Amino acid sequence: MSEPIIQVKNLHKWYSGVHALKGINLDVLPGEALGLVGDNGAGKSTLINLLSGLYQPDDGEIRLNGQPVKIRNPKEAMTLGIETIYQYNSMVPIMSIARNLFIGREPLTFSIGGIGWLDQKTMREQSVKAIADVDLHLRSPDALVGELSGGQRQGVAIARAMHFRSKVMILDEPTNHLSVKETNKVIGFVKGLKAQGVTTIFISHNMHHVFACCDRVVAMALGQVVLDKRIEATSIEEVQEVL
Amino acid sequence: MRRLFKLALQKPEMAAGSLLVLLVIMFQVRSDGIFLSYDNLRGILGFLPEMGLVAIGVTLLMIAGEFDLSVGSVFALSPMTMAVLMTMGWGFWPALLVGLLFAAAVGLFNGWVTIQFDIPSFITTLGMMFMARSMTVVVSGGFPPRPDFKLIPTELFVAYVGPGQMFRASFVWFVVIAIIIHILLSRTNFGNWVRATGGFLPAARGMGIPTARVKLACFVICSVLAGFAGVIQVLRLGSPLPSIGQGYELQAVAAAVIGGTSLSGGIGSVIGGVIGALLIRVIDNGMVMSQINSNWFQFAVGALTIFAVVGNAWLRKRGRAMKVETER
Repeated sequence: MSEPIIQVKNLHKWYSGVHALKGINLDVLPGEALGLVGDNGAGKSTLINLLSGLYQPDDGEIRLNGQPVKIRNPKEAMTLGIETIYQYNSMVPIMSIARNLFIGREPLTFSIGGIGWLDQKTMREQSVKAIADVDLHLRSPDALVGELSGGQRQGVAIARAMHFRSKVMILDEPTNHLSVKETNKVIGFVKGLKAQGVTTIFISHNMHHVFACCDRVVAMALGQVVLDKRIEATSIEEVQEVL
Repeated sequence: MRRLFKLALQKPEMAAGSLLVLLVIMFQVRSDGIFLSYDNLRGILGFLPEMGLVAIGVTLLMIAGEFDLSVGSVFALSPMTMAVLMTMGWGFWPALLVGLLFAAAVGLFNGWVTIQFDIPSFITTLGMMFMARSMTVVVSGGFPPRPDFKLIPTELFVAYVGPGQMFRASFVWFVVIAIIIHILLSRTNFGNWVRATGGFLPAARGMGIPTARVKLACFVICSVLAGFAGVIQVLRLGSPLPSIGQGYELQAVAAAVIGGTSLSGGIGSVIGGVIGALLIRVIDNGMVMSQINSNWFQFAVGALTIFAVVGNAWLRKRGRAMKVETER
């Protein structure tokens, strides 16, 4: 059995007096698609926010490839290869696809002190390629993200993570508020990630979506892991039972 | 073709640009051709940089998602500081530098308080509007200082230059600064961050953009431009009054909004802000030239602000509704 890519050990987090995570232990294996399920307030989002660097744990440790890491901000998480795609929050709707793809990681032709000239040609070319690579076909990289459908937006976000060769991709409720057709598309994207060897953590309310594309399911309730099984070894009924 | 038309309709400065052309034609006809005459254009353009520079800074800050209502007071504070230092025997350049540093400090304070305590910049800068105005009066000691204008290289700031003595030097400053800020906003990664920060803060933060520092930088740039604009006005008038710039903060917001800048951030352009400022000047001057009772000036600016925003929203909606397939 291979080394886990992410290890979470005894992780605790308090939010304004609430004990949101009560000693979480979790191993994520490289290349697997992990489905994280649980009710609102179960601690799924808190766990994700710690992994993506938005907040710091109060106790416990996160290991990446066996090494303990401190993830102080989203930028560090991305540098470590952990990319998070939030339900709504990962795209700026009033900006073009090409600009969204490279937010915070713009290619520059030259720069002084971190500020520099955008390489717009590279941005446009590479975004066209990145989008085609996830099997999404958009007419122009100059279209505003606000004009895309929810499923297309998730596709662009996934294309972005793929382009920057993320090792771990966290998808926070990517199928919320999407039509059936669009949901299938997103599930298709997740399957595509697996095929390319990207480790995926897929968070959802919807058991069917998790069972459609994940290898393993982890259920959380009241800040603790209450179930951790391979998909073959469990059923939707069993997971719903523990929640 | 259809796609280009759609993009043009969605340009934020579209409505204001069309309106400007329309008004210029109207004033030109109504004033029997005086409006676009050499002398009159010289007057309009000589006056434009002062309001224009303030509008550019306010536009940039609004795109980053914040407000600055203190620009009118900083407009007075910077030149006052400079003038007082000069009466104390300082040279022009160091005095100017300190004046602008005062402006930068005000911008830094505005930004820091807004971000640190997570309060609306509307409130922070409203407070600063009063504070900076008060400081201006205190610094002046109650009487306008009389710096020796012979020590000031006014030819670098307000003298008429260029072909046919058409422009003041301040106009050159204005154009150069406008181009620099425009490039900063549209061609650099910093510009990308500004737009993302104002466009959708959670996404910008989630993608690792230093949003606090981006906002801080915009606050400082906005404030320094206002201070510099004030210096230009004082050099043109020849006397630092503590009351100059009153009402400019709202005129600057009006100029930005007329030029298509969104109140909620993210959308807008330097060109739009410049067009907005120019429109206000054109209306001011055109009404006089067309012998319309100039007490209607403020009414016209107000009506224009509302009209421009309604027009922009309508154009953008029309542009968006135009059917072009996003998926191939």
